[in-house]
Amino acid sequence: MMAKRSIEPFLWLLFSAGGVLSALLMPSLVFLFGLAFPLGWLPPPTHQHILAVVGHPLARIVLFSLCLLSLFHWAHRFRYTLYDGLQIKHLNEVIVTICYGGAIVASLAAAYLLSFGIANP
Amino acid sequence: MSKPPLYTEYHPRWIRPRMSTYWWLGRVSYLAFIVRELSSIFVAWFVVYLLMLIRAIGQGDVRYQEFLAWSARPIVLALNLVSLLFIVFHAITWFNLAPKAMVVRIGRTRVPGMLIAASNYVAWVVVSAVVAWLLLSG
Repeated sequence: MMAKRSIEPFLWLLFSAGGVLSALLMPSLVFLFGLAFPLGWLPPPTHQHILAVVGHPLARIVLFSLCLLSLFHWAHRFRYTLYDGLQIKHLNEVIVTICYGGAIVASLAAAYLLSFGIANP
Repeated sequence: MSKPPLYTEYHPRWIRPRMSTYWWLGRVSYLAFIVRELSSIFVAWFVVYLLMLIRAIGQGDVRYQEFLAWSARPIVLALNLVSLLFIVFHAITWFNLAPKAMVVRIGRTRVPGMLIAASNYVAWVVVSAVVAWLLLSG
């Protein structure tokens, strides 16, 4: 008799991958686009240059992976923080819908933006 | 003799103390744990910020410059500064946990944990250098 298959290991895998990608990529990006460029510590890239960078197929794939996996990293981690932190596991259905649903919606937005939102340079 | 008495096993109720909603305030280590988990909120915020940036880039130079100006507003700067702190905290705690999650064996000996954590940090530096080079060269 086969034990009921759970989706949890797969969700944990997404959480884990998201954790790795966000840990590797985000600090430098937040520093540059969140502080250094706005505050003028470093010159921001010209529009032409950054369009070329972001428009590159490899960059689009990396950015999409970063967005998708980071969103699911948040969804999984936040879900369990709510369960364990605030002891609201009884609100299971609502929490799951908001967390993973939100991650799915935002990932679709990312897919749209990175596919059609940037003209090929 | 009358019928023998019917005995049932005496089983007291399990003691299940209700967990307080504020259990995490009890110790510094609990609080640190919750703070670490909450760093995921700032990860999600930066995804949103990144998508706003990408949209602005796609809409042309004017929108891109407007976005850069908007990102210089005090409230956005403050949010991104806090995000940077939380995201760096996430990265450091994540890489320090890597040896526990990744058990690498060469033959029968285990690769020492320090080496695994160190290689994660090296990867972090390399990736950051690539990002900086890509963005600062134009």
